[in-house]
Amino acid sequence: MLARVDRHIGEVTMSETTVPPGSRAFEPMPVSLDVRNVEPLSLAGLTVVVATKKGVFYLTAAPGRARFTLLGPSFLGHIVHHAVVDPRDRRTLLVALRTGHLGPTVFRSTDFGASWREASKPPAFAKPKDARKSVAVEQVFWLTPGHADEPGAWYAGTSPEGLFRTEDGGDTWQGVAGWNDHPKWIEWTGDMSQRNPDGSPIHSILIDPRDAKHMYFGTGSAGVFETTDQGASWKLLNTGMLSPTGPDPHPEFGYDPHCMQLHPRAPDLLYQQNHCGIYRMHRPDARWVRIGDNMPRDVGDIGFPIALHPRDPQTAWVFPMDGTDVWPRTCPGGRPAVYRTRDGGESWTRLDAGFPARAWYTVLRQSMAVDAEPTVGVYLGTTNGEVWGSVDEGERWTCLAAHLPHVYSVEVADFST
Amino acid sequence: MQVAIPSVLQSYTNGARVVAANGATVAALLADLDARYPGIRFRMINEADALRPHVRIFVNREAVTDLGRPLAPSDAVVIVQALSGG
Repeated sequence: MLARVDRHIGEVTMSETTVPPGSRAFEPMPVSLDVRNVEPLSLAGLTVVVATKKGVFYLTAAPGRARFTLLGPSFLGHIVHHAVVDPRDRRTLLVALRTGHLGPTVFRSTDFGASWREASKPPAFAKPKDARKSVAVEQVFWLTPGHADEPGAWYAGTSPEGLFRTEDGGDTWQGVAGWNDHPKWIEWTGDMSQRNPDGSPIHSILIDPRDAKHMYFGTGSAGVFETTDQGASWKLLNTGMLSPTGPDPHPEFGYDPHCMQLHPRAPDLLYQQNHCGIYRMHRPDARWVRIGDNMPRDVGDIGFPIALHPRDPQTAWVFPMDGTDVWPRTCPGGRPAVYRTRDGGESWTRLDAGFPARAWYTVLRQSMAVDAEPTVGVYLGTTNGEVWGSVDEGERWTCLAAHLPHVYSVEVADFST
Repeated sequence: MQVAIPSVLQSYTNGARVVAANGATVAALLADLDARYPGIRFRMINEADALRPHVRIFVNREAVTDLGRPLAPSDAVVIVQALSGG
């Protein structure tokens, strides 16, 4: 019999391993971490999917969105960065998670969340040809369903900045070599020692609904990239932005687009909430225009998320944060508010009805989303574990859930069959 | 040989806390484990062939970091997963 191992090293508690006598018969088992739903789950109707530091929760709406019911969690205890529903079938969910110290992976459900299965080949870098680039995926940070003409295709953005694609609904993932093996990858992604505390991810993977080969994404180290050949080659799209690093405010790369959105009905229109302001770009122009200059001076235009109206390209919502001095990353002045533009950023309206007079939290880049109802619902999750919703396009806000873990992402799905 | 599996990885082994696996080295043992329980190796070893943080492998109570360490059929292997953080 082997010894029981039960020791403490500083704050690290080693898990218990007790070895019973004898050996067990070999039985190959399906790949699976223990991610059982805490309670039986089968999602239906309009649902706000909330990924947190401790698992995934669900807010299902009653007809008319008069009431939301909190369900879950799934993946209790696992760090979930993104949970996304496939709009192409409205029953498949993919979840990007990091399981304690066991590294990153992706899980998928094809039955409205009732059961989950781990990817048999999670996103992982290929063996490096360049010895300097010996990196491993630390987090799967972002998930984007593929083009409508490519059922089963998804993209994943990771930290460090890797781009991966699956063509089988999330079971096996391959690196997009045109990015992961790009000769300038190290130059663009920077010195590993200079990365953000939580890593520097690829995020905001956007696919042109008119052309599956036309894509964008953002990184926190280089800026915005565009491809017109489905990832075989990439070009920078940074002109007009302000760089937060270095003496040159307009270098070729070195920008920090926190969140970028492409309007689904006007796919030439891009919006961006950046480390250094709110921007808009109307292709084929290749210059970002800072529309955050129109925000109130005492609020500023720093923040993480930006959400777009599903039908009106001129309407967007942001949740500003304090970006002064040491960057508190809380609501400016401790006064939470959403700001909305109806004219493409020419003007902004403060929307704080329902929010507390004082609160000190942040809304992260994946944590603001909209539904597609005739009067659009807007939803956001906070770093102190609250989910807020407005069913009148931001005019009045209601706390839909509190006392959840730190919210990492909010997505809206309609599971109606 | 017998390999003790930490609780956080026992979902890969259908709850078994001890499994049988073979290998002339630690690396070969982990490869054999992965063949029997697909995906389990990647939870311990990343794509750069490095042990993930807080994963420890003991052979006869000796902590092993060299995956090329030879193994004998009589060796007892214990895999330990630390838990930390808030």
